[in-house]
Amino acid sequence: MKSENVVLNSSSVVPLVESLAHTRICDCYQCGKCTAGCPMAAGMDIPPTRLIRLLQLGHADRALQAQAIWQCVSCQTCATRCPKSVDCAGVMDALRQLSAERGVATPKQQRTMLFQKAFLKNIRRNGRLNELELIGEFKFSTFLHDRSLSFLFKDATLAPELMKRKKFHLVGEKAHNRAVVARIFARCMDNSPS
Amino acid sequence: MNLAYYPGCALHGSSNDYEQSLRACLETLDVQLKEIDDWICCGATAAHSLNQKLAIALPARNLALAEDEGYQQMLAPCPMCSMQLLKARKALVEDEALRRRMSEIVELEVRGDTQVLNLIQVFEAIGLDRLKAAVKAPLGSICAACYYGCLLTRPASVAEFDDCEQPRSMEKILEALGGKTVDWNYRTECCGAGMTMANEQTVLDLSHKILSNAAAHGANCLVVACPMCHVNLDMKQPAIERHYGVRHEMPIYYLSDVVGLALGFKPEALGIDRHFVCSADPAPGGVSTSDAGPARRGTGATGKV
Repeated sequence: MKSENVVLNSSSVVPLVESLAHTRICDCYQCGKCTAGCPMAAGMDIPPTRLIRLLQLGHADRALQAQAIWQCVSCQTCATRCPKSVDCAGVMDALRQLSAERGVATPKQQRTMLFQKAFLKNIRRNGRLNELELIGEFKFSTFLHDRSLSFLFKDATLAPELMKRKKFHLVGEKAHNRAVVARIFARCMDNSPS
Repeated sequence: MNLAYYPGCALHGSSNDYEQSLRACLETLDVQLKEIDDWICCGATAAHSLNQKLAIALPARNLALAEDEGYQQMLAPCPMCSMQLLKARKALVEDEALRRRMSEIVELEVRGDTQVLNLIQVFEAIGLDRLKAAVKAPLGSICAACYYGCLLTRPASVAEFDDCEQPRSMEKILEALGGKTVDWNYRTECCGAGMTMANEQTVLDLSHKILSNAAAHGANCLVVACPMCHVNLDMKQPAIERHYGVRHEMPIYYLSDVVGLALGFKPEALGIDRHFVCSADPAPGGVSTSDAGPARRGTGATGKV
């Protein structure tokens, strides 16, 4: 990744990450325990220890564009094992949020981001998750992005299997007070850290 | 015991078999569940990945609803939900300004004084002795790999449950019911969680390792207490087998499935016949011996397990 490709002011990002994750990046002394326990580290472009190091050195732009932040499965092993109590999983969350908000998420991991976005859109509208709608909306938004017909119809054969087992409902549940859910979303989407 | 009940979206959706079996068990064990009126989604991974404020607000609304109904304890059988509720509760209790702000955002006063329990903790509260006394069909043929996954015990500072590296609480329950358990290596490794749709390969890889390790240690089934783990290990098991060219044929039971079987319920009464691995090709006789290795596909749908 080119270092001159600065998409945002790195110096402002690190305090924001720390505030969103309620943790101190400078506490990390690079022992590598987070990466050692990470089930995804082997396939990551930048493993957790190095992501934290990039933030310490002020290269937040590179951290925000890393595939790794969207490969992370939020298993919490890194945060649990950190001898310095750095909430590495929380840092991953903060980086995902900032990367999505600023539109700098890596193109290679768009599906994961589109899934999370479709999920939130669905519960914003229904109050509860409607799985069938979510899958439809996720597949559609992904198709618009990558035009992959094979991905669009992948898993289609699971639908009848799930219906046979009465695990799939054509009409999903909704919360009654959806107006309050919409207001909660509106109040939380004003971009200021909680 | 009276508990507020937060089913979460999965248990009212594709994991309704989990709700079926836990309701059957808890009713028999005199635990009354009162579903929280008009609960909303906890936000799950989507909220904590995209909006930290929402990740507190959505569970905070549910905590406030439970508090409003006067419950001191609530059951959240999905570890994703229970972790989001616990995280929000901890944040609210530790930060008075945040608590006040969140009360305004969710339009209800939230105090954070309702205790959030997972299903294992409810069985523990009932007591191993009481469970033992209620057993009608000891789990003699079960040799289970108890699988905890991520969020039941991690992050430890929030979950405050069992040992985050070597948990034993499910093993103790299984053993009280007459079942055997195996020592194995993947009990707290991740199954791929919510990547099922967006990044299937992650789920296939991680879940394959879990199934392989359980079999290598002589387990004839996996016992889980998480709807997402069940989806990845059960529903995706045929895809894992196709991808790796292996036959795992490993039944995946919810903790409440095996408790229910020990209490004398038929598999169909617990929704076990609706699992993917256990529902096809039902063979009479069930799992024959504890050291027979992985059970045959479909054994769970028969009367004896």
